[in-house]
Amino acid sequence: MRIQSVTHFLQTWLTPQYRLMIAALVTLVTIGLFMSYGVKASWEFTIMFRGKKLLTFLIVAFCIACSTLFFQTLSHNRIITPAIMGFDSLYILIQTLLVFSIGSLQYAQMNEYVKWGLEVFVLVFASSFLFQWLFIKKQLNLYILILIGVVLGVFFQSISGVFMRMISPTDFAVLQDSAFASFGAVDFHLLMISALVVLFILIFIVRNHHKLDVLALGKFTAINLGVDQAQLTRLLIIVISVLVGLSTSLVGPVTFFGLLVVNLAYFLTGSHLHRFLIPMTVFIAMITLISGEFVLQHVLHYNTRLSIIIEFVGGLFFLSLVIRKKIA
Amino acid sequence: MKKISFSIVMLVIMLSIISIFVGVQHLHFSAESFDLVLLSRLPRTLALILAGVSLSVAGVIMQQLARNKFVEPTTTGTVESATLGMLLMLIFYPDASVIYKLIVACITSIIGTGFFLLLLRKVPLRSDVIVPLIGIMYAGVIGAVITFIAYRMDLLQSIWVWTQGDFSMILKGRYELLWFAGILSVVAYFTADKFTLAGLGKQVSTNLGLNYNGIFIWGLVIVSLITGVTVVNSGIIPFLGLVVPNIVSIVMGDNLRRSLPFVALVGAALVLFCDILARLINFPYEIPIGTVMGVIGSGLFLYLLLRRQ
Repeated sequence: MRIQSVTHFLQTWLTPQYRLMIAALVTLVTIGLFMSYGVKASWEFTIMFRGKKLLTFLIVAFCIACSTLFFQTLSHNRIITPAIMGFDSLYILIQTLLVFSIGSLQYAQMNEYVKWGLEVFVLVFASSFLFQWLFIKKQLNLYILILIGVVLGVFFQSISGVFMRMISPTDFAVLQDSAFASFGAVDFHLLMISALVVLFILIFIVRNHHKLDVLALGKFTAINLGVDQAQLTRLLIIVISVLVGLSTSLVGPVTFFGLLVVNLAYFLTGSHLHRFLIPMTVFIAMITLISGEFVLQHVLHYNTRLSIIIEFVGGLFFLSLVIRKKIA
Repeated sequence: MKKISFSIVMLVIMLSIISIFVGVQHLHFSAESFDLVLLSRLPRTLALILAGVSLSVAGVIMQQLARNKFVEPTTTGTVESATLGMLLMLIFYPDASVIYKLIVACITSIIGTGFFLLLLRKVPLRSDVIVPLIGIMYAGVIGAVITFIAYRMDLLQSIWVWTQGDFSMILKGRYELLWFAGILSVVAYFTADKFTLAGLGKQVSTNLGLNYNGIFIWGLVIVSLITGVTVVNSGIIPFLGLVVPNIVSIVMGDNLRRSLPFVALVGAALVLFCDILARLINFPYEIPIGTVMGVIGSGLFLYLLLRRQ
C-alpha cells in the first residue's frame, strides 16, 4: 500500500523533466568528484591526465547508450542490444581481416581517418545485411533471435581468433593497439573522429527524435502515421554502426553495458518519449562508467577491471530478464 | 545403415592415418621415425579420438538430462565450473598432482552443472532455444568470476592459454588420462537405454520404472568427469558435443543405443578433421584446435538453429 502511494507520488510529481535534471546533476557531481578526489600531483597534470580519461568515458557512454537505445527502438524489444547481436565482434573481425589482407605496415601507415572510415563503412554494409536478413527476411521469435545473435558473436570472435593466430606478432601488436585501446591513452585522431560522430548524432537526434517515438509503435502504425519506416530503418542502422565502431575502437567490446543502462533508463525516465529517454540513458551510462572507475581506483585500488564487473552484473541481469520473461 | 556405418569407420581410419602423417618431420622407415610416431604422433591421434568420442557422448547425455537439443558442456557451465576448480587448485595447491586437480575440477563441475539443471526446472517457459541461451549466459557469468579471480592473481594469461583446446603439447605419458574418458563413454553406452528414457522427462520415465534421480546423478557424474578430464588434458573444444549429436539425430533419430556408436565415430572424425585443418592452415605453424572448432562448431550451430524454422 505504502509502496503504491510512493510510486504514485513519484509518477505525479517527478515529471520526466525533473528526473532529467536530477540525472544531470548527479552526472555533474560524479564528474566533479572524479576530477578532484585525492589529487596528489600538480593540478595541471591531474586535469590533463584525468581529463583525457573522462573524455573517453563520456564519449563511450554516449555511444553505447545511443546505439543500444536506437537498436531497441528499431527491433521493438528490450533485451537485444547491438553487442549481444554480435556487432562489436563483427567490428573486430573486420579490423582483423583488414590487417590480415593489407598487412600491418600498410595498415599502420594508412591515414587514421581513412582507416576508420573504411572499417565503419564495411561494418555498416555488413550489419545492414545482417539486420535485413535477421529481422526482415526471417520472422524469428525473440529467443531464437537472441540465441542466433549470441552464437553469431562467438562465430565472429572465432574467425578473428583464427586470423589473429595467422598474422605475425608485429601485426598482432598493431591490431591489439587498435582493437583494445585502453581508457588511459586516447588517440588524437580518435578524439577528432569522436567529436564528429557526437555532433552528427546530436543533429540526428534533434531532427528525428519524434520519428523514433512513432517507430517504437511498430512498423505498420509508423507507416500509417506517415513515417518513412524503411528509410528511417536504413538510416538507424548506419547510425548504430558508426556508434558501435567508435565505442569498440575506443574500449573494445563491452557486452552487457548497453543492456544495463538502457533498462535502467526505461525504468527511471517515466516517459516513452525519446527526447527524455535519450538524454536519460546517456546520463545513466556516464554516471555508471565514471563512478565505476572511481570506485575501482579509490576503493578497490585497481584490483580488477571495470569490464569484468559489468560482464558479471550484466550477465546476471540478462539471465533474470530471460528467466522472468519480462520482455516487452 | 550398414553402408553408413562402414563408411564412417573408414573415414575415421583414413583421418587417423592422415593425422599421423601430418607434421613438420617427414616419416620414413627408420628407427627415428618410429620413435617420433610412438612418442608424439600416435599419442596425439589417440588423444584426439578419445576426446572426440567422449565429448560427443557427454553432449548426448547432457541433451537427454536437460531435455534439450542445444546443450553441451560448454553451454551449461560444465566447462567453466571445471575451469574454476582448476583455477582454485592453481591458487591454493599449485603443487598438487594432476589427479587431485582433476578430482577437484570434477567436483566443481558437478556442482556447477547440477545448479544449472536445477535452475532449468525453475524456468516456467521451456522453449527449446531458451535453455541454451540461459546456459550460455550462465557460463558467461561463471567465466566472469574466473576472469575476476585470475586477474587478481595475475593468472589471466595462463588460464587463457591453458583452456584453449590444443593438442600440440600431447606426448606419450601426457595424455593417458583421456583413456579414462574413453572408458566412461563405453560405460555410458551400457546405460544408453536409461538415458533415452530419462530424456522423456521425470514423470514419464518414473512411470516406466526408471529410477530417475539415480540416472540423473549418474549422467551428471559422467558428463562432469569427461569434461574435467578433457579440460585438464587438452583444453576446451567448443560446440563439439552440440553439433555431433544433432547431425547424427537428423540422420537416425534418438534411440541412443542405436545412435551412440555413430555419435562417437562422427565425433572422432570431426575432431580429427579439425585438428588436421588446424595443423595445415598455417603450416608449419599450428592454430589451436579450439579456435578452429569454434569457427566450425558455431557455424554448424547457426545452421542448426536456422534450419529449425
